[in-house]
Amino acid sequence: MSAETIFEKGRPGRRTPYLPDRDWQPGLLDQLPMEARRRRLPLLPQVTEGEVVRHYTNLARKNWGVDVGFYPLGSCTMKYNPRIAEQVASWPEFAAAHPLRPVRAAQGWLRIMYETERMLSRLCGMARFTLQPAAGAQGELCGMLMIRRYHADRGDPRNTVIVPDSAHGTNPATASLAGFEVVTCPSSERGLVDVGALRRLLNDDVAAIMLTNPNTLGLFERDIQEVCNLVHEAGGLTYYDGANFNALVGRFRPGDMGFDVVHLNLHKTFGTPHGGGGPGSGPVGVVEKLEPFLPVPLVRKGREEFEFEEDRPKTIGRLNAFAGNALVVLRGYVYLRLLGTAGLRDASGGAVLAANYLKHRLVQCYDPSHPGRCMHEFVLSAARQRAQDVRALDIAKRLIDLGFHPPTIYFPLTVPEALMIEPTETEPLETLDAFADAMLQIAREAEQQPDLLHAAPHTTPVGRLDEVAAAKALDVRWRHDSDLEEADRA
Amino acid sequence: MSFSPHTQENIAHMLRTLGLSEVDALFDEVAAVLPPTDIPELPGVSEFELRHQLWDVARLNGRPDQTPCFRGAGAYEHYVPAAVPAIISRGEFLTAYTPYQAEISQGTLQAMYEFQTMVCALLGMEVANASMYDGASALAEAALMAMRITHKRRLLVSGALHPHWLHVLRTYTANLEPDIVLLPVRDGLTTPEHVTDALDPDTAAVLVQSPNVFGLIEPIRQIGARLSDHPSLFILAAYPTSLGLLTSPGEAHADIAVAEGQPLGIPLSYGGPYLGLCATKLAHVRQMPGRISGLAYDDAGRRGYVMTLQAREQHIRRERATSNICSNQALCALAATVYLALLGPDGLRAVAESSFAVAHRLADRLAALPGCSLAFAGPFFNEFVLDLPVSADDIERELWNDGIISGLPLGRWWPERQNQMLFCATEIITEAAVHRLVAAMEEALP
Repeated sequence: MSAETIFEKGRPGRRTPYLPDRDWQPGLLDQLPMEARRRRLPLLPQVTEGEVVRHYTNLARKNWGVDVGFYPLGSCTMKYNPRIAEQVASWPEFAAAHPLRPVRAAQGWLRIMYETERMLSRLCGMARFTLQPAAGAQGELCGMLMIRRYHADRGDPRNTVIVPDSAHGTNPATASLAGFEVVTCPSSERGLVDVGALRRLLNDDVAAIMLTNPNTLGLFERDIQEVCNLVHEAGGLTYYDGANFNALVGRFRPGDMGFDVVHLNLHKTFGTPHGGGGPGSGPVGVVEKLEPFLPVPLVRKGREEFEFEEDRPKTIGRLNAFAGNALVVLRGYVYLRLLGTAGLRDASGGAVLAANYLKHRLVQCYDPSHPGRCMHEFVLSAARQRAQDVRALDIAKRLIDLGFHPPTIYFPLTVPEALMIEPTETEPLETLDAFADAMLQIAREAEQQPDLLHAAPHTTPVGRLDEVAAAKALDVRWRHDSDLEEADRA
Repeated sequence: MSFSPHTQENIAHMLRTLGLSEVDALFDEVAAVLPPTDIPELPGVSEFELRHQLWDVARLNGRPDQTPCFRGAGAYEHYVPAAVPAIISRGEFLTAYTPYQAEISQGTLQAMYEFQTMVCALLGMEVANASMYDGASALAEAALMAMRITHKRRLLVSGALHPHWLHVLRTYTANLEPDIVLLPVRDGLTTPEHVTDALDPDTAAVLVQSPNVFGLIEPIRQIGARLSDHPSLFILAAYPTSLGLLTSPGEAHADIAVAEGQPLGIPLSYGGPYLGLCATKLAHVRQMPGRISGLAYDDAGRRGYVMTLQAREQHIRRERATSNICSNQALCALAATVYLALLGPDGLRAVAESSFAVAHRLADRLAALPGCSLAFAGPFFNEFVLDLPVSADDIERELWNDGIISGLPLGRWWPERQNQMLFCATEIITEAAVHRLVAAMEEALP
């Protein structure tokens, strides 16, 4: 299979017509002044539908998905995505609804949103949720903007946000985008927030702490209530990054840990597909005192029907043109309704069981970041293999040869040669065992034939691509011959 | 319902391996810290039951095939060829994640590269990213980008920008306390003279949307010309379908071009997921937010694609990243890519011309109704404002009673526009639907 682009296929004039021929009144386009018209049509492909379908089907075959095989990407929760959610999301009653139709003509939609908000609030122990953020990172921005507004509203503006050194990159990036100074809190040797260090960082400029629990090492922050209390005593708020909520869903609530703001990722915990990197959905929940700052619109139950709430004087505003990624919310709703609380408990139980089982099997050959129990994911270090000149990257690439998507690598930054593994609850035991066997085989290969690993993968359409050269000789769009001619003339 | 694959035997085996007697024991440490919770029990249901229940919920939204909709205002229904959903529902695309491992993500990465190429072609720009959440947030990110490039804080924003987009812009930039100046609107249009008058050395960017919120085509070539010798950047928001016919942002000398990509093969979806397009000049690529796919080679000289210029992004730069965005709308971008490949240049022009023609015919019919007239004289693409002799809210209600979704009452956004309605038509509006609308309007008007 070659890497030929769609632009290299087809012939001028080739196309599939989709619209009926209609006779427009002559001269209709004359109403459009010349200066408003485009001079040259965009250089799009000129191919038939058959060629398009074949081209993208062949691209699909070069891709890995949960539907293809095991995808233990740490902190991404690559669980099975139920197909019923896709089917419901394709119904025209949902999919063809205009976002600005009268609410009377969208009562089905508002009901889905209202009920989703209630279910998420209950699962998290929050007063209310907004469904508007389009992804986890936008949820974080939403949360941090609310925190900023909350302090300002009390006449106590604060500028510092504390982020643990093991946090996802989005946490510091979001805090910074929301206008905060970021201070990093070190982890203790146990891999948890260092409470002593946190105490020293707290002062009356601290607006909030952003935490994941379990954290990115897959460890439960057992001092969580003390951490939240300390931050609250200093006048700050506590932000829960829900990336790892799959470990606890249906069993424990961020609200009970002491969190004020929570973002969830419907595409992780609630089984909506990742789509190759989006679209996701990142609902944000808040405790009562932060409710006034939620973005608009919200959905409420009026006297006769559901309605949008737009008039909220203290709102942070609006994050997207409309009410968020509604069709992703709908998929999350379907997942929530199918599983119910019992099913969710079963999911978090299965996820933690699978992770511990895998960890148990793998620590014979790889060094865990921390010994003992983990939650839904765990981090191994390839430090032992590094001594044999084999890096986490080599192990990852070799896994591809053996039929698995690699784990997250080189994250968290606090663990050298990190391999972060999250099996999820939907993988059969046979798959977990096969993966463990493959990892153990690779550990042996690292000792005996490291070059096999250095040259991996061997089975893919391309080998390791030179990213450094790609960033230097930047080529980020196909250039047609006519482009090149123009460039030559210029 | 559960998607757990584990039999009792499997669970027993794993627990035995771990030296445990029950799954709950895995949570002992958590339970020791957290109080016992009383999470309200939500019963799970079977797929069979849920689908039945959701049929009833779906029906509350009405049958779209029997409910013609004359509303645009930032979301536009165009015909989507069947091959688009067929491709994007393939599991290899649908259930993949961010292409961290390039060797087994060439499908996503090459599609992103093709998407970027098509966005550049459509917008007439040099580089594009692999997409953002939606058009409104893309515009806000473009404004942040312009403030980074120019180190200035004043934004001159067209008064005819979609009010929701303006709201998003204000929300995203609030903490930078930018000086947002709204340019006056004359006859529904932004004027080049007002732009020139408002320009000053503190101006980071001028933001214009065309067609604007009233559907009117802005004088973007003239505005671009006036900005060409000024250091502030020209940010243009476009309607991608219209670019089969109308001047591209590149032709108008835009420095950054953004667009809502939803009209390119993505259903209305009650507002999302949509697709933010963002493109700029090569010189600004390192200040552009979002993922970018680039051409690369392996040791054997084989061509492939990787995520490139990652040093701008949050997972490397953390608090110093160009944005906190850590995904794109990959599947929506794929839909747009397949859509544009299916249409080709002539197909896109046909959609644009057809939308233009249907909307102009509709405008003629509606403006001929008693007491009705077009609010503005300027050229429009497929959306126009109709002045009504009565409140637009009343018309909306009357028409919905007939199963028709009218144009958008503008009093919702501007109280002084209580009697105005923003109508939209695309190529999917049939002659029969126009007849139905006109008949219902005749009935509803005094």
